[in-house]
Formats: sequence, C-alpha cells, structure tokens
Amino acid sequence: MPDLPRKKVGLISCSGEELPEGTVTRRAVRKVLETLRPDDTVTLCLPLFLAGGEGERSFARFYPTIAIDGCDKRCAARATEKYSAKPAASIVVTDIAKERGCGAIGTARRLNAEGLRLADEVAGKIVEETDRLLKKKPKGSVRGSDRGKS
Amino acid sequence: MKRKIAVVPCSGIGKSLGAAAREAAFILAEDLRPDATKIVALSLLVMGDEEARREVEGGEAVAIDGCKLECAAKGLACSGAARVNKVAVFDVIRRHRGLKPEGVCDLNEDGLKLARATADEAAKIVDDANAEGGHA
Repeated sequence: MPDLPRKKVGLISCSGEELPEGTVTRRAVRKVLETLRPDDTVTLCLPLFLAGGEGERSFARFYPTIAIDGCDKRCAARATEKYSAKPAASIVVTDIAKERGCGAIGTARRLNAEGLRLADEVAGKIVEETDRLLKKKPKGSVRGSDRGKS
Repeated sequence: MKRKIAVVPCSGIGKSLGAAAREAAFILAEDLRPDATKIVALSLLVMGDEEARREVEGGEAVAIDGCKLECAAKGLACSGAARVNKVAVFDVIRRHRGLKPEGVCDLNEDGLKLARATADEAAKIVDDANAEGGHA
C-alpha cells in the first residue's frame, strides 16, 4: 500500500488590516490551526498566494480550501478561485457578526472582548466546515461555537 | 492637504516575522506618523479594489515584508506606486540580534520590540520621502 499524503484542508484568511474583521479572520484561523484541528489543517499565506507562490497555489488546486474573509469584498475567496480553484467553503465574518448581533469588536490592531468572542465563533464555523470536508464526525462541542446560541 | 504615504504590510500568517510586519504597520500609521501615512490592505490592492489602488497610484509607498519573498513589495510594484520603499523585518532583526520573536496573533515581548524597531526604520523613510518634497 503506498504511503499517500494525508488529506488536509487549506485555510486562507484575508488578514485585512483596514477592518477589525480582518483581524478576526487571522485569529480564528490560527486558533483552528494551533488548537482545534492541528492535524487536519494548514494555513495558506494569502500574500504569498497573490504574489505567485506556486506551493500555495498548487495546494489549493488539489486540496479542499476554506476562504475566511473579513468583509463581502471576499478577497481571499476571489483570489483562491482566480489563481487555483473555487474554495470548497467560504466564510465571511461580517455575515456571522450580523447573525450573532455583535456590537463593536475593537480595532484592526486590537480586538476587544466581543471581537475575541467573534473570532471563537468563526473558528467554530471553520471547524464545522473542516469536519464536513473531511467527512469527520463532530468531536463534541467546539469552544466558542455554541456561544451565543442560547 | 498632503497625500498620505501608503503603508502595505505583508501580514503573513505563517511566521512571527509576518506578524511583526503587520504590527509595525499599525505602530507607524497609528502611533508614529498618523498624519503622514495610511495602511492599505495588500489583498485589496492586488485584487484590484479601486479605492485601494487610488491610495497607491502615482505616490510614494512603504512595503513592510516579513520574509525574503517580499510579497508586499511585489504587490505594490504591480499597483502603480511611483516609488516603493522596502522595509524588511528579516533585515531589521539582523540589526537587533538577541531578539527572539514568537507568536502570530499575540507577539511576545521580543516580537513587539522587533515591530517597534521596524516601524522606527519605516518612519525615517517616511520622513525622508516627505523632506524630499516628492510626495505632495
């Protein structure tokens, strides 16, 4: 039996510096990568992706990706589609914030407590999509994903 | 009113140096030279956002890159900036031996010091550009 590479999901965050939602994408992606699904995910660097990084673009051509964007300009999703393939899932932070009725979330430089909670929510959403794409059963509740539902 | 100089950090998400580049841009544009600089998001710029392009076209710009691939400088070069001034975190750290930056979302103390040192170098570039008077 050949030793096939393990299937992973690529996470591409916009990291936009002009809006706090860009910082939320960044924090959420790092939380998934470092804590929630370290064995199932990799991050793709959007700047490198845009600058022509062949490794990043190749990965996104052959593996499923999740684009995590701060706003509805959806730079990460559009870049992924333009240079590689349509993302398997697309998350927009402003949509989630609206659904949850979030208030002010701080600044792009420093998120406030509400912003950090929103990042946890987004991380939970990324995990749901990752598990769906890898056809995994949910591993129980993800911290942050249940918050605000009651 | 003088046009502000566009500052574009790479904000790479894989390494601490990308995070330091991002933090340096915030220090520069919010603390050190708020009246002379404005952050422009690299992704918006490269994806052709008209407003982002207007901020850059025909003017001075500062690219702050975390690694040698210089994604921010490359993105700016393709976006119509009249002059791209490069600040490289990987060079700044060589001038500040002993710093061991760690973390991405939350930089450690050395990461913040590196970001501050990078922002100081970028501020000098901004001052020089404005002193030349080429940025009206």
